[in-house]
Amino acid sequence: MPLEQKVKYEGDCDPEFAKWVVGEIGGENLRHCIQCGICSAACPLSLYMDYTPRRIINLAREGFRKEVLSSFTIWLCSSCYACRVECPKEIHITDIMYLLKRRAIEEGVYPRSFPIPVLAREFGRMIFMFGRVNETLLVTDLFLRTNWFKFLGMIGLGLNLMRTGRMSFLPDTIKRRGELRKVLEALDAEEKKEKKEALS
Amino acid sequence: MKYLYFPGCSLKGTGRAYEESFLAVFKALGLEVRELEDWNCCGATAYMSVDETKSYALAGRNLAIAEREDLDVIAPCSACYLVLNKTQHGLKDNPELRRKVVNALKSAGLDYKGKVRVRHPLDVLINDVGVEKLAKFIKNPLKGLKIAPYYGCQVVRPYSTFDDQYNPVTMDKLIEAVGAECVSWPLKTRCCGGSLTGTLPEVGLKLAYILVKEAKKRGAAAVVTLCPLCQFNLDGYQDQIARKFERVDIPTLYFTQILGLAMGLPESELGIKRGIISAQAALAGR
Ligand code: SF4
Ligand code: SF4
Repeated sequence: MPLEQKVKYEGDCDPEFAKWVVGEIGGENLRHCIQCGICSAACPLSLYMDYTPRRIINLAREGFRKEVLSSFTIWLCSSCYACRVECPKEIHITDIMYLLKRRAIEEGVYPRSFPIPVLAREFGRMIFMFGRVNETLLVTDLFLRTNWFKFLGMIGLGLNLMRTGRMSFLPDTIKRRGELRKVLEALDAEEKKEKKEALS
Repeated sequence: MKYLYFPGCSLKGTGRAYEESFLAVFKALGLEVRELEDWNCCGATAYMSVDETKSYALAGRNLAIAEREDLDVIAPCSACYLVLNKTQHGLKDNPELRRKVVNALKSAGLDYKGKVRVRHPLDVLINDVGVEKLAKFIKNPLKGLKIAPYYGCQVVRPYSTFDDQYNPVTMDKLIEAVGAECVSWPLKTRCCGGSLTGTLPEVGLKLAYILVKEAKKRGAAAVVTLCPLCQFNLDGYQDQIARKFERVDIPTLYFTQILGLAMGLPESELGIKRGIISAQAALAGR
């Protein structure tokens, strides 16, 4: 049997990553975790996760950057906040999952077979364009981009929605799209400025 | 009483029956509801994974528009309710974030101060109107109808101001007020699968299945909910659930629909026929 290193050396961790998590909104109490596991017990998705929420918290605070960012766990989190209200140390676990998702998208390390990051991005694009989201168009777009086969499996549901008048193929839009765009562009400009300052 | 109404994308789409019944019931109760002018998508659960500051700004634009009037904003969708409340908290607690968002809004002529109250229609019905007053409007009590009250996650967690995070009871009170009966079940706030039913059905369908199966097992003829995504998951995926697990066939109604029925409003105004699993048998069989 070939030998395999199962546990990481402390020296291989990335303490900067842990510091970054603590510095983000929602990450503040990360280091207070007592590893009680109540979050994992409360989580309806932990059964399917590669690392339970308790383990994600532990890995994040030790700086296991790669493991955390490429995990299925963060994409399985449905943001139900069950962990957050149960955690005895008031750790904002759901928000930590969110900030890990953002970082994973930024670094492009999410699992390729998962349509969830694609959904999140398409969602954002649709808001930027129209200000509102048409669920029918969003879902169609998502499946065409990721998984044709799954799309076929959804046709029955589509017909049911059509029959009950719950589907529409016209994009809904706000009136003052320019106003919304201005807000979002102002934030882009601010971010650019920040990045420039950080470099110099 | 007057309110602003933030529909959000679902109530204009797959959750149309929720909008119809909500508006019909509020009108019949004499509550004035006006749709928020030029509202935009709140960002829902998805956008927070893409861009944090922009998420707050998206919700911030709606709140800034709402602030022009001195009224509470009603957000019937749980995701909208959560996001708008989360934004109020986030902008209050994080000065740097607030500065960025307020400035960006200002550049488009919008003024955000954070003074709006974001409410859920259930909160308004139970706390502003009150059960005693509601009772006066009940013409057609739904006697013998057994209901599993399903709150889902985001309306009580983590920001709810009107109910308990572990064992919410406001909708139970409403169900009793319309003459129906609540079955006791421990899954009131358990996740419905969220968007995982669509994106990862192998996982999401199981969560939805557990809910409908347990509701039926406990004798409920219908599930009653207050969130368009919960309704969609429990109602829309039952064919797929039948293929993967077993056929359950239990209808999922909105609390505004059963209230409307009990008030004697016509079914057509309440979107009853928009259910993919028909509620007719459950409503007739009591
Ligand atoms: S519940 Fe809180 S303290 Fe306990 S393991 Fe989870 S994050 Fe840590
Ligand atoms: S918010 Fe995410 S991690 Fe927390 S209990 Fe819900 S699904 Fe699990």
